[in-house]
Order: sequence, then structure tokens, then C-alpha cells
Amino acid sequence: MSVFNQSRSNIIRLIFLGLFLIIIVQLFNLQVIQGKYKQLAMDNAVFPKVKYPDRGIIYDRKNRPILNNTIMYDLVVVPNEARKTDTFGLCEILGIDTAEYRKRIIEARIKNGPYRPSIFEDLLEPLLQARLDENLWKFPGFALVERPVRVYPFNAAAHIMGYIGEADSGIIKRSGGYYHMGDYVGRNGLEAYYERVLMGQRGVEFLLKDNKNRLVGNYEKGRYDTPAVRGRNLNTYIDIELQQLAEKLISGKMGAVVALDPKTGGILAMASGPNFNPNSLTGPNKQKNYASMVLDVSAPLLNRAIKGQYPPGSTYKPIGALIALDEGVINQNSGIGCTGAYYGCNKVVRCTEHWQGHSANLRLSIAWSCNSFFSDVFRKTVDNPAYHSSRTGLVKWTEYMHAFGLGHRVGIDLPSEDGANVPDTTQYDKEYRRSWNSCTMVTLGIGQDKLTVTPLQMANSMAIIANKGYYYIPHFVKSIENETGQDTVMKKYRQKHEVLTHIPNDVFDIVQEGMQDVVENGTAKVARIPGISICAKTGTAENKTVLDGKVIQLKDNSMFVCFAPREDPKICVAVVVQNGGFGATWAAPIGSFLVEKYLTDSIRAERMPDVKRISEANIMPEYLNRLQYKTDSIRAWKWFNITKDSNYIKKYMPHGGKKTAVLPAPVAGVKHAEKDQMINKNLYAKRSTTDKRNP
Amino acid sequence: MNNQRNPTISKGVDSTLIWLYLLLVAIGLMSIFSVTYHEGDDVLRSFLNFKTNYSKQLIFFAASLLIGLFILLTDSKFFTATANIWYAFGILLMLLVFPFHTNIKGTESIIKLGGFNLQPAELMKLFVCLALAKYLSRVETDFNKTSSHLMAAGILVLPALITIAQHETGLALVFFAFFLVMFREGLPAGYLVIGFSLAVLVVATLLVDKNVLAIVLTAIAIVAIYFGWRITRQRRELIIIVAVVWASCVGVQRFAVPFIFTHVLKGYQVERIFSLIGRENPYAKLNTVEGDEPVAVKKDTDYNVRQSKIAIGSGGFIGRGFLKGTQTRFDFVPEQSTDFIFCTIGEGFGFLGSLAVLGIYIFLLLRIVNIAERQRSVFSRCYAYGVASVFFFHIAINICMTIGLAPVIGIPLPFISYGGTSLITFTTMLFILIRLDADRQMVLR
Repeated sequence: MSVFNQSRSNIIRLIFLGLFLIIIVQLFNLQVIQGKYKQLAMDNAVFPKVKYPDRGIIYDRKNRPILNNTIMYDLVVVPNEARKTDTFGLCEILGIDTAEYRKRIIEARIKNGPYRPSIFEDLLEPLLQARLDENLWKFPGFALVERPVRVYPFNAAAHIMGYIGEADSGIIKRSGGYYHMGDYVGRNGLEAYYERVLMGQRGVEFLLKDNKNRLVGNYEKGRYDTPAVRGRNLNTYIDIELQQLAEKLISGKMGAVVALDPKTGGILAMASGPNFNPNSLTGPNKQKNYASMVLDVSAPLLNRAIKGQYPPGSTYKPIGALIALDEGVINQNSGIGCTGAYYGCNKVVRCTEHWQGHSANLRLSIAWSCNSFFSDVFRKTVDNPAYHSSRTGLVKWTEYMHAFGLGHRVGIDLPSEDGANVPDTTQYDKEYRRSWNSCTMVTLGIGQDKLTVTPLQMANSMAIIANKGYYYIPHFVKSIENETGQDTVMKKYRQKHEVLTHIPNDVFDIVQEGMQDVVENGTAKVARIPGISICAKTGTAENKTVLDGKVIQLKDNSMFVCFAPREDPKICVAVVVQNGGFGATWAAPIGSFLVEKYLTDSIRAERMPDVKRISEANIMPEYLNRLQYKTDSIRAWKWFNITKDSNYIKKYMPHGGKKTAVLPAPVAGVKHAEKDQMINKNLYAKRSTTDKRNP
Repeated sequence: MNNQRNPTISKGVDSTLIWLYLLLVAIGLMSIFSVTYHEGDDVLRSFLNFKTNYSKQLIFFAASLLIGLFILLTDSKFFTATANIWYAFGILLMLLVFPFHTNIKGTESIIKLGGFNLQPAELMKLFVCLALAKYLSRVETDFNKTSSHLMAAGILVLPALITIAQHETGLALVFFAFFLVMFREGLPAGYLVIGFSLAVLVVATLLVDKNVLAIVLTAIAIVAIYFGWRITRQRRELIIIVAVVWASCVGVQRFAVPFIFTHVLKGYQVERIFSLIGRENPYAKLNTVEGDEPVAVKKDTDYNVRQSKIAIGSGGFIGRGFLKGTQTRFDFVPEQSTDFIFCTIGEGFGFLGSLAVLGIYIFLLLRIVNIAERQRSVFSRCYAYGVASVFFFHIAINICMTIGLAPVIGIPLPFISYGGTSLITFTTMLFILIRLDADRQMVLR
């Protein structure tokens, strides 16, 4: 019947072939021409998991680890699997209520979705972790996950070691993409300085995930994975027992202690007060602890050993004597008749000693720290007849000071060291409009005026005197594990700096004798250790601060520098106790304890009460209370301006905050002057009462 | 009668078709295996415990072979004789679905018989194929008459309408594939031209702004009248014809399409169509009355096709290798053992593998057309064309939807997709064809 339609079979064949051709073209387009789908499939299914290497361990001189790695536990939850969990039991162990529990579960759900684990509570206390571990079977969907953290087994050396923190956007940008979000980076101390050595090499593991983002295995059986390479360890010069002692002695005080080995430049101990337990920045409460330390005006996070700039006071005098001796303006028999003050210039320079003969010669003058003598010596140095003007004399003096490692950064292996200040001609030109003479800056001779040094610089200058002219840049790290030629970081610390070796040894001997007398029968008899010849110098430096717009005179800084033993120097110590009074009161005993501990490995029993007394003493300067009040109240005001939350500002208000209505709501764009006025008016109305607290 | 006493059933059986069939089922089993298998599974045990998809498919395959064997043992006349009875039986089954259906995944077309889900619409493909062949091969049927056209169309439109009523629009479309059979048997080309024009009009309605389209249609009508005026003398009739055509076009564009999209099709189907052509769904607001969230639904439908395209595209030229495809192994592609099984082939074996499978299919289809053309009996020829049409429709639409050329319609890929009903139906269709072909010297009515 339909045989006539035979040709139509060909049309049907053509329809079939035509549609298949369209399909093949589209397949070719998808599979061959468009390459993007492979990447899309990879993004879908492959999760590159970064494997973090263990950071390097830091050892002290006796191979005791002072910065180590340990495992802490996070409690993680997979929200969808946690439905049948014993909520009350968990809340009871963690000490939270069910509302908080629900809040955290919702947070986890939002953060990582219902099928993937999210952190429920991080960095559990060991006790809590143990309790959870026992009861974990009651809580399906919850698990304890290891997390490596840094630990400081001796609870010491916080300022030296520094800490690690997550890389912020600035670090990531500066590293040129090396660091990623979530990486940990050394943020301070040795952790930051030796970051490249300690961090090791990140590894990556490619994991497969399914359509609900659950990890289901390794991609290609791990063929593309790279293992993490552990960070290299550091061996340091630090003597952890000495370090602990130094920290104990400086705690409760503002100041710093530096002890170093003059032969190598290796730092044995470095403490800054007030100090803190380094483990407080790794554990569960690190955020809280960090915040409270940042907000503390006594700045416990500040390493005053490298960042504290102090007038050296009398501790400068041995250096002044050496410069003058080398310049030939005095000799060991030079003396001056001091009756308690120096009257050579218009202003009177007071001296603590009155009795005749304490400044009869150089040795006695050092031993008794005669201000008149050293004022005279300084003027002689500047007004050196060998040069034609006192300008050249001051330039020469500045050069000497720089040679002693003062006035510039020493180059320690810690970040953010300060250079402090050795004044030069430009500074005086600026201040005195080029009309100045040796009398203008006569107090430089007793380590005052514009001269400032850091405790590290003080210790280093002692090392130069002890070594009779040379030094190694002070540093902590003795060696790096598996050190290669590429570790250029250590090069500069192994180089001998023969800065003042042109000064003859007998000149050094004169000064060293004077310094030995300081301990034997001079100002620092308290520092004497039988059987050890200590060369030392005390210092009592005037200092001022600005508070409430007024310059106020603070109690003198107590300073002490020393090295011992004189014949074969093994340790140099510099101690600063801010606002402690006489050098011999606080700083000298601290220095002496450190020397004794280091050289004899223990402290004599009869001195232990002193150790105890000093370490327990709290001589934080009183003006800090006022400063803290001021800072807190300004912060509270700013907080109030931002959030309109009056909780914090109330206690800074007159009448305990009852007059909140008086405060006009700040209008957007209020001028700064107006705001300042407001602050003064409202926040400092209680000045009289606070002054009572700080008489 | 001779055949019944024939000692071998293999006489006249087209072995090529059987080999192609076995090859496709093997590819299907392998694909389902690669979707279901997880590293470390005990393959032998899971094949034997018949709990995984691939082992179940193996059972279905065995059942299909058994049915195929029975069919080969049956007399060809049985099929011509019982074609209409089967059709009536099928319609009855479909009607029975309404009171007895089980609600699975939003469809209302399945009856649960013990542990077996029976979908009468699937079986109906076979019955329509038989009934249509029977009708066209009747001596008294004169296929030049419009009334026979309507009658033939009625045979396939009836089950299609019932299927639409069961909310299985995709399955209903399959029945329209039989128009190819009618075309072969002499359906005037005008029908196809009209159908094609209608399709163009519907697509244009979706793509072009409705007022612009109305203006274009009016312009075409005016041009037609202008040129027709010169050619023909029956000017009044010309104007009437053009006016009627114009009115129906505008009617389709203005009223019919919006009506279908808001009332006949379900919200998700409309979304699928619009996500295919990459447009915002203008009917979304109307659909929200039923409680569908247009944005969420769109995202969902988008997800299927996007993941399926990623899977196939990631295969590249030579593929990622057997069991290496991450898209299909980790359930990124939904429905991947059934409707989206082609992704497994595309991802695992790439362009070459896909080409090979397509080659097997086109070889199968052309082979069936060749077999159809060598039949002496009209019944066998019509039946063969029916089988070819149904296979073609399934293959083309299924693959097109996985590569983003057609909207997502849940129809399986013949012999490869997982599923008992579809495998058994397709096997039955193919083996009846083989049986009929074996008796191609006979004239069956």
C-alpha cells in the first residue's frame, strides 16, 4: 500500500543522522573545545588540604627545649550527626547552657554546613579534654581533633621567643602569596626573626569530597600529595635557669635585665619587666590574655631590654673614662677636688659624695662615681686642645660612642630593636641655634642629658670593655639544625668586631681596676661575691615623664652594669629597674645574683632571702595608675561614641554616671576640638580625687 | 505454522541486532557499576547479594533474556492477532493507575505490585506500537484519507493524554514519536510542515517579546497577501486562508502558549525549559500561586544540567578512565544511574567513548530501518518503524538533556539506564521485532 513512500525511509534516516550529528557537535564542543569543565570537576570534587609542618624547636645551651610543640584538642561537631547527642551532659561538662549550645550548633551549621565538622570549642584545657574523652560515646557527632600548638615548657622567655599568630592580609601581601589565610606566622621574637628556619615547608594532600562536601578519600591514591617538611630546630645560648631567675627578679618592676657572654656575644638571659607567662598566649584564653596585656599601660608585651631607652647615668662613666684616656686628655692620676658638686659651668652638677679624696684619681672616681670628676672629664674631652673647636671634640666623642655600640641598633636577632640616642652636633645645633659649648651638655659626662641607651647596648658596651676592644653582635642563636651555606642569617653573628682594639690593654686595665673597686669597696659592695672578681658600675639616673600635660620628675632609675670574672670575662650583665632609686638598691643585687648563678651554678644560701625579697617586691611606678585611668576612660568614651553603650563610661563619669543625660549625644562630624573639650570636661572632672590616690 | 515445528529458533533471527543489544546492556551494566561501586567494596559479594543497583540490573537483564527467549519461541501471528487486545489491556492498566497509584517522587503513574513498581505508561509504548502497526496494516485502511490519519493519531494521543493526566508530560511526549511511522506510511508532508511551523512558533514565542512577534506575524501575513494577490485569482479565498493562519498563529502565541505554560505544565517543567534557553521565567509569578518558589526551583533544575555538563565536559577527548570520574563517583550528578547515565560514559571515556556509544546506537537505528524496509508485511514494517521511532526519541532526548540541548525530561536511555520496567519493555520491543523479522517471508495482517 505504501510502497510508494519508500523514499521517505531515506528522510527518516536523514533525520536520525542529523540529530546524532547535532549531538556529536555539542559533545565535541563540551569535551574537546571547552577546557573549563575539567577544572570545574576538580573544584567540585578535589579538596587540597594543607598539611602544616611542625615548627622547629628552640633549645637552650644545655639542650633543654624552651619552645616546643605539643598537641591540644579542639572539640568539633558535625551538626547533622549530633542530633541524638546528650545535650545536657555535654553542656554540664563544658559549663554552658543549652541556649549557648544551640547557638554554637547554628553557627557551625552556617560556617561549614550540616555535613562537615566545625569547631565547637577550641583548645580545650587538659582536664576538660580528659573528661570529654571519657564521655565522648554519649555525644555522637562530636569528636576531639588534634591541633598542634606551641608550648613553653619552662614558662619563661616570653619576650625572647615571641609568639605565632595567623597571617593577616598585610603579611600575605608582603610575602608575595607565600602565606595563605589561616597560616601561622611568627609574630614576634625569635619566632618572627627565624621564621624561615622554624616554619618548615608546607605540604599538601589532595582529598576527594562528595556532593555534600564530605571527605571520602585520597585523590589518585595520593600521587600528587607533597609531604610537609618539619621546621629546623635552633640551638641558643640561653641558660634557661638563669633566664628564669632573671624573670623572677625583674617581675613586679619596670625594667630589663640582659646577660651575655662577651666571648661569643651569645645572650644568656634577657628579661623585661613587667613580664608574662608565654603560655598565656597559646592556650584557650589567648585572645583574652592578649587583649588585657595590650590594654595595660605598663606594656607587659614590650621587650624593654631592646626597646627601653634609658639615660645610662653613672653606668656611662667607664666609657667616658676610656674615651678621655684614649684621647689623652686625662691619665690615671688625674683628679679633682670635689666637695659635693661641680661648679665649672653655670649650672651646678651635684655629686653624691662629699668627703675629700673620693675623686683624687680616676680609680677612686670610678669607685665612688664622682659626678664632678666626670663632668670635668667630659668637658676636657669635648674641649680637647688637639682639636681646634669643641664641635670637633663632640664629633670625636660621638664617634667613640658609636664604636661602643651606642646610638645605633646593635643588630640582635630579634625584630624591632631600638637604637636609642647618642646626641650629635646637629641635635645641639637645632636646639641651641649653633651656639653651644661643652658646658651646655656637661651632664652627658654623667650619662644624662640627651644620651639614652637600651639595656642591650649597655651589656654590649660592657662586653667591649671586658674584651678590651672587640665584641660580637649579641645574639641568641648558637646554631641552626642542618645549617647550610644558604643560611646567611648567622653570618653577621660570627664576625668579630674589633672596634676599639687600638686602645692599649693597660688603658682598659685602669678602668677595669676602677670598676673592680666599685664592688670591692665602692658603691656596689652589695654585689660582692667571694672568690669572683667582678667589675661593675652602678647608676642612678634622673628621669622624667609627661603626665596630664605636665612634666613630672620621677624617682631615679636604678641601673647596674658588670662583667665577671675580670681575668677571664664569662658574663656581662646590664640591669635597669625603672624608678627604683639608687643603683645599689635594686639593680646591683639583681646583677650580682645573675653573675653568681651563672658562674657558680647556684646562689649561696645566705643570699636566698635577698633573692626572695627582691623577686617579691613590687615597685611599679605609681604614675601608671593615673595613666591607666586616663587611657581607659578615653577608650570608654570612644566606645560610647561608637556604640552608645554606657556600661564602660559610667564609672568614669562624675557622680558615678548618674548625670548621663548631661552628655549631649555626639553629632556626626563633631570637630575634634569640641570632642577634646568634652573629654576634659566630663572625664577629668574627678582629677582632684585621683590625685589623692597618687600623692 | 511451519515455524512452530522448526527445531531451531535461530532461523532467520537477525544476530546483528542481538549482538548490539548485548553490547548495549553490557555498557549499561558497566556504567551502573561505576556509579555505585565504592573503593574497597567486595565486588563478587555485592554482585551476588543483589542489593546494589548493578546486581539488580543483572537480574532484570536475566528476566529480559528469558522474556526475549519466550518471544522468539512465540508465533509471529500471535502479535498481529492480539495487538488490539494488548492495546485495550494497556489502556485499562493506565486507567487503573488513577485509583491504585502509589505516590513516588511526585508522579502518579506507578502501581506497586509486590516489590515491583509497574509503570503502565512504559508498557503502553509497546502496545501503541503494536496497535498502530495493526491499524495501518489493515486491508480496509486507506491512509490517504484524513479520517484514517485522525484514527491513527487517536491511537497514540489517547494514552498520551492519560499520561499527561498522570503528571508525566515527558513520557507523554514519547507517543508523539509515532508520527514518524505515520510519515513513513504516507502521512502528507503538510502535517509535518505544520507541526514544524508550530514548533518554530512556540520557540519564537518563548524567545521573542510577544508584541514584537505579533508585529512580525502581521507583517508576514501582509507580505503573503501582497504576493499572493498577483499569483492567484481566488483572492477572497487567499485572504480568508491568510487571515485564518494569521489568527491561529497569534492565538497560539498570545493565548495557547501561556495557557500551556501556566496550566498544563508544572512549574518545574516550565523552569527547566526556560533554564535551557537561558531566560527568566515570565510565568514564574503565576506559578508561585501553587506554592513553588521560582528562584529556588530554577537553581535546582540548573544544578542538574550544570553538573551533568561538567561531568561530560571533564571527560575531555579520551576520558578520565573507568572508575576515575569524580563527578559521577561522588554523586554530584543527580539521577545518574537512570536518566543521567550518559554522564558516566562521557566522564569516564570522553569524546571517543561517547562517540562509540552513539555509533552503536545509530548503527542499531539504521539497522532497524533497514530491517523495516525488507519486510514484506506492512505490519512488520510499521512495527519496526515504531520501535525505531521510540528508540530514537529516547536516545536523542536523553542525551540532549544531559548535554544541555533539551529540557530535562525524565526518560531513560534504552538498554543502558538502570531500571527494570524500561529494560524489559525495550527488550520486549526489540525481540518482537526480531521475531517478526525472522518471519519476514510471511505476510502478516
